[in-house]
Amino acid sequence: MNSTQTTPKITEERIKKYLSQGKRFDGRTPEDFREITIETGISKNAEGSARVKIGKTDVLVGVKMDVSTPYADSSNKGNISVGAELLPTSSPRVEGGPPKFTSIEIARVVDRGIRESKFIDLEKLCIKEGEKVWNVYIDIYSLNDDGNVLDAAGIGAIAALKTAKMPKYDEEKGKVLFGEWTNEKVPLSKNMPISITFYKIGENIIVDPTLEEEDIIETRVTLGITKEGISSMQKGEKESLTVEELNKILDLSESVFNEVFKKIEKHIK
Amino acid sequence: MTTIKRPDGRKFDELRKIEAKVGIIPNADGSAMFSFGDTIAIAAVYGPKKMHPQHMQDPEKGTLRCTYNMLSFSVTERARPGQNRRSQEIGKITEWALSPMVLIDKYPNNVVDVHINIIQANASTRCAGINAAAMALAHAGIPMKGLVSSVSIGKLDKQLVVDLCKKEEDWEEGEGATDIPITFTNDGKITHMQLDGKITQKQLKEAIVLGKKACEEIYEIQKKALKDAVEDEEK
Repeated sequence: MNSTQTTPKITEERIKKYLSQGKRFDGRTPEDFREITIETGISKNAEGSARVKIGKTDVLVGVKMDVSTPYADSSNKGNISVGAELLPTSSPRVEGGPPKFTSIEIARVVDRGIRESKFIDLEKLCIKEGEKVWNVYIDIYSLNDDGNVLDAAGIGAIAALKTAKMPKYDEEKGKVLFGEWTNEKVPLSKNMPISITFYKIGENIIVDPTLEEEDIIETRVTLGITKEGISSMQKGEKESLTVEELNKILDLSESVFNEVFKKIEKHIK
Repeated sequence: MTTIKRPDGRKFDELRKIEAKVGIIPNADGSAMFSFGDTIAIAAVYGPKKMHPQHMQDPEKGTLRCTYNMLSFSVTERARPGQNRRSQEIGKITEWALSPMVLIDKYPNNVVDVHINIIQANASTRCAGINAAAMALAHAGIPMKGLVSSVSIGKLDKQLVVDLCKKEEDWEEGEGATDIPITFTNDGKITHMQLDGKITQKQLKEAIVLGKKACEEIYEIQKKALKDAVEDEEK
């Protein structure tokens, strides 16, 4: 993201000049997303999986499950664990090694979008209270980063979950039969959270930046939005935001949600 | 002779369906996808670029650096994300498999990075990774003497087979499974070979002959994918 800006100053000025007229280099308005394509079932060995492309940004998400003992404070509920890795494949800027903060934040924000909207019915993932519950691992990998990996990750997570089937479980032996699935889907609610991030550049609020735009953002706000409202939020990066700007984001959020929902609806049933 | 039937009904010397494509990752200098049936590998190349950290720079020639990574959901039982001993070893043998064909002597202090990711695994992942890596390097325009092609030769009980799938890798009847991943340059030299199992010297020689023949087939597919990409660009 913008910790290592490589967009030249002259381009930055031009982006801002365009935005002041409500325009962007690729012809979009500030509130437009790029084209979104979703391919599901990218790994036969996953419980559910999806590849989401937003413009040239390309993200893979897979769901795997296993069984373990529940946490003491939620003895009748399954667990969610979200991981994210910006693969060195995805841009010359990414180095290998342990996860950097950017990846950790993506995982945390996607986790909260799913958790707080109660999209996964965790109580239905309890096998035996206090003893055995399902764990749902959602792992996110970026293949190509052309900006807004954050929203691609969030959309990928719900697309992968939507297709996820419960693995077979041998109750007598207390073992998961890996690689075998039931016809049952992972229990989800109708309250599907879509991750939408608003980015501030100068006086402007935009969505779905390309990498060139993302390099020069001053701050961003990610909303986990469902049809019922907002269930998670994160403001990221250093600069401040005025109350008016935040209000503008909230005013825009419904129409952007509807636009994105329409774009992904046909891909996930 | 034994009358072994392959689980997927293939002939003994038959490869799984191969798909190969270059140019799949826009940000990379070169990239490729290679699949043997349900085993899918993606490789991206970045470089040549200045090697960091500096103490790893070689002032006499360029360095080839490969990483191999299995996505957590590429296998039936979730793999813990991140590098482990297996992935580090495969990264290294991939480097060795490719090195003889890669002409980067003229890039001192520079590195060419090859990142391999396994999206979906059904055995022979290192071979698919090496095949994708060779194509991605060529696609990146790295000077090369030629390509390398990789395949796994298996022995199921006493029968040699080409391109092991997972069910064959786990073969238990008779003498069980022997897995021999092997990599050839397009002029027929061996740049990588490993073996796990049990085999006689005589039969191993036969396995090498089978491997060479399979790699010749794979080479044609790799070459075609690269040519197709050039033709697409010209259009």
